[in-house]
Amino acid sequence: MSDAVIKCESVYKIFGENAEKMLQEANGNVDAKTFQENGCIVGVNNASFEVAKGEMLVVMGLSGSGKSTLLRCISRLTDATGGKIFIEGQDLLELNNKELIDLRRNKMGMVFQSFALLPHKTVVENIAFPLQIKGINTDDSISKAMDMVKLVGLDGRENYFPRELSGGQQQRVGIARSLAVEPDIWFLDEPFSALDPLIRKEMQDEFLRLQDKLQKTIMFITHDFDEALKLADRIAIMKDGIIEQLDTPAKIVLNPATEYVRKFTEEVPREKVLLIEDVMDQSTSDNLGDLKVSKDEIIENVAEKILTQEKTVGVIDSNNKIIGSINPTKIINTVFGGRKNGN
Amino acid sequence: MEFLKKNPKIFQWLFLLIVFFALCFAIEVPETYKFIRGQAEFIKDPNQSTFVFAGKEVRYYAFDVFWRLPPLLGWLPIWINDSLFFLMNDWMPMEFWNEDTQEFKTRPLLLQISRNLTGFMTFIIELIREILLGGLETIVAFTSWDFIDANPWAELPGLPWTIVAAGATILSYKLSGKGLAIFAGLTMVYISIFGQWKPSMQTLSFILVAAPLSFIFGLGLGISAFKSKRVEKALYPILLVMQTMPQYAVLVPALVLFGVGDHAAVIITMIVAIPPMILLTLLGLRAIPPEVIEAGRMSGCNNWQLMLKVLIPTARRDILIGVNQVIMVCFSMAVISAFIGAKGLGFNLLLALNQLNIGLALEAGLCISLIAILLDKMSLAWANKQTDYFGNLSFFERNKNTIFFIGAFVIGIILAYIGTFLFKGTFNYLFEIPHNKGISTADFWNKGVDWIFDTFFVYIKAFNTWLIQEVLQPMRALYLRMPAVATIVLVVGAGYLIGGIRSALVVCGLTLFIALSPWWDRALVTTYMATFGVIISCLIGFTVGTLCFQSKGAAKFMLGVCDIFQTFPSFVYLIPVMMLFGITDTSVLIAVIVYATIPATRYTIEGLRSVPVGLHEAATMSGVNKFQRLTKIEFPLAFPHMMLGLNQTIVFALFMVIIGAFIGTEDLGQYILKALSDKNGAGIGLTLGICVAFIGLIFDNLIRTWVGKRKKHLGIA
Repeated sequence: MSDAVIKCESVYKIFGENAEKMLQEANGNVDAKTFQENGCIVGVNNASFEVAKGEMLVVMGLSGSGKSTLLRCISRLTDATGGKIFIEGQDLLELNNKELIDLRRNKMGMVFQSFALLPHKTVVENIAFPLQIKGINTDDSISKAMDMVKLVGLDGRENYFPRELSGGQQQRVGIARSLAVEPDIWFLDEPFSALDPLIRKEMQDEFLRLQDKLQKTIMFITHDFDEALKLADRIAIMKDGIIEQLDTPAKIVLNPATEYVRKFTEEVPREKVLLIEDVMDQSTSDNLGDLKVSKDEIIENVAEKILTQEKTVGVIDSNNKIIGSINPTKIINTVFGGRKNGN
Repeated sequence: MEFLKKNPKIFQWLFLLIVFFALCFAIEVPETYKFIRGQAEFIKDPNQSTFVFAGKEVRYYAFDVFWRLPPLLGWLPIWINDSLFFLMNDWMPMEFWNEDTQEFKTRPLLLQISRNLTGFMTFIIELIREILLGGLETIVAFTSWDFIDANPWAELPGLPWTIVAAGATILSYKLSGKGLAIFAGLTMVYISIFGQWKPSMQTLSFILVAAPLSFIFGLGLGISAFKSKRVEKALYPILLVMQTMPQYAVLVPALVLFGVGDHAAVIITMIVAIPPMILLTLLGLRAIPPEVIEAGRMSGCNNWQLMLKVLIPTARRDILIGVNQVIMVCFSMAVISAFIGAKGLGFNLLLALNQLNIGLALEAGLCISLIAILLDKMSLAWANKQTDYFGNLSFFERNKNTIFFIGAFVIGIILAYIGTFLFKGTFNYLFEIPHNKGISTADFWNKGVDWIFDTFFVYIKAFNTWLIQEVLQPMRALYLRMPAVATIVLVVGAGYLIGGIRSALVVCGLTLFIALSPWWDRALVTTYMATFGVIISCLIGFTVGTLCFQSKGAAKFMLGVCDIFQTFPSFVYLIPVMMLFGITDTSVLIAVIVYATIPATRYTIEGLRSVPVGLHEAATMSGVNKFQRLTKIEFPLAFPHMMLGLNQTIVFALFMVIIGAFIGTEDLGQYILKALSDKNGAGIGLTLGICVAFIGLIFDNLIRTWVGKRKKHLGIA
């Protein structure tokens, strides 16, 4: 467990004047309503989780669910009211100002929903900004920033001002800036929410490409469930400051923990999310057809092949060993069945 | 009746007006009341009543309290005055080492602080002044007069005007490019050729000290107000009052605290120029999106880096407007502070106006305005400057401006040296063209004024007489008829209807202060002049603004014109009107109207512009014509912003009315002007200033509250 890069232990964030006192009195049993009656607003309520190295945790929730607040607690843009946060084993809340700045300068990068570029600096100056803040001289920081410009595909526009760029381009600058110091931990606060659907998809693909290459530890905030499914290793779904469920996309779709989560999963095209592994039968019979499918395939990609089979299809792992089976009926049930108003 | 039921507000307003007029008629003007001219109330008169408060005796003419409240605050000016004198002369005496006499001397603490502060200011001003003009004071400051006597060579030579002109041109070129460089060059040459070099450089040295200091302090205080709620709360009321306080009024107490001269003028200028800088800094910092601040923090900024590299540059737009304001105020004060002995163009301008030498005044005024515009544009260009990281420039390319300046410096010195041979026995025109020895157009202008006067005298006079007899006198008489109680009812009622009980209490307090001061009738005269000016200004401003808005080019042009006019020091406006109307109320009012029309026009255009494009299209698709679009869509939506313009118009008008005292009015401004030459004037000046500020604040409070509500209602807050 010690290899968790980010570790939260019952983190609370409560806004209001007597927040700390009220939290102590509540004794770990925080009720949003009673707090609100006393003039306090509960932002994050008892959040505990870990993010492993190279893992992408997507925090999903509607506006006001506390997801951004949670992120800001972990980046210590706001101080959590209670609980413990560890970054690579270091207690974040114990850090003094200098240590915190050091941590941010070397280990953390953050991308913002509204891009948050500095309006008076050009693209390359914006990207070089964290480097210059760190004390790197102008020539080195600019040349490093130019590498980042190329990485996000903005070459030729390095001397533009943010106001001269489209939303997608601005966010590329934001991403480049957050990556300039080569951080280990990458925070993204609804980075694509302000973009058009087409651009958003393009940026998501680009983002996956980057992550494939860089393998950062990521906390990604979004209000878009589809985006979460597409990107996440694990998803945390938040409501009213509480993490309702934290699991892999497949498990959330298959086994929504609460009614709230189930509402999100209803409209999700399962064949696009679930892997064969998620729906196969553990038992293997001898009566298997010739077709074998890998357990890591997404259902959508192999559904057609499986449905044309008469017999049950074998599922193999990466060593070509049969570990389970799946029959066509199961596929049909997964795709069409099991929904509340299954029309 | 149906109509009134649907609009209860209108009914309430009608009721308020009826009550107000009923009170006006019910309370008769007492027979003994006379509008006293001059300072008659300082004469002891057995008919006067007296009261004693806090040891100060106050005399006043008692009237029916509904008509005029007794001046219960009459002790305030005397008290302020006595306190100031006490602080300066008797409070906390301490031993201080005196360099000159080589012994300890007992002095009150505040006096010593004031002397040190002014000594420091004097030193910086003199230093800059002597770099530009030459002189001894700076060297004396480090050595002594004996040293100067022993070493006749020890004198700062001053720069030849050619070098300063070249420097200004090259700097302008570096900052902005050809256009500004040409403007800078022409301005400098004009100043020199017309023999205004010395006063111009004196004014410039004053401004080069006052403006940066105001900027730094304003920025610093604005930042600390942004960081700490407590500082903001402490500063806010002072800022509000200072925003509407006439600049004259601050002169008087400063006279007591800092004495007479350039140093006092710099300190005063700072006092006046810092508040708008603070407000705009605060405004700019507040408008920064929180995510930008977070982005800065996540980039690993410490507090200093965050402030210098993220917050201030991001708030640049508003901070720049602040710089602009600071420069404006500095030039405005450069003239006004001539009253307390600041040297330079302002002094010449006042002198010329006093002698009714319009030509000379015009020349000095033009010089001030040109320098003001130049500095304004230069500061804007400086703030907008960008660095290019990828230019592969040679040494010469990178340093060409410095090289050119060094070249110009050498050439200038050589020229000045040649000049000493060329103009043997007379003035060295290549070094400095002395005052009165340049080309002067003053005679031309004076003759022009004479000609205008001779030719149009009949018409001007007729217009003047008509205006004064038919419009101004009756209007003034009406205002003076307003009983204190009726006015308070009107103002408080308006406050209640607009902003509820809170607003009502605030304006009630402000009005009561004026009513309980000894100058209620003067305040009414000030209000009458300001109202007259504001009404005409708004009519002109709203019309011109609306017309200009119809074409993009015209709107842009008009905003540019407003920018330039706003840069003129307020005193300059008095010159042309005095040319035409001489020393009458009409002159003051026309200056007020011209000056106050600027914000009225600007805010109208800006307000109309701020109407979203989507609405335009929606309106066009609903089939409205241009006129309908204007009346049904644009005016209602732009109205709140236009009302803010009205607010500014009132402030501008009040300022000009007070400055108009210089021409001769009978209002609060006249008393402030008189307080300037009064030994015990500090308290009177300050109290009068507060009265004027409060008149402004009453309107300010009512308008802002209304605008806030209206904007919320329209969803454009």
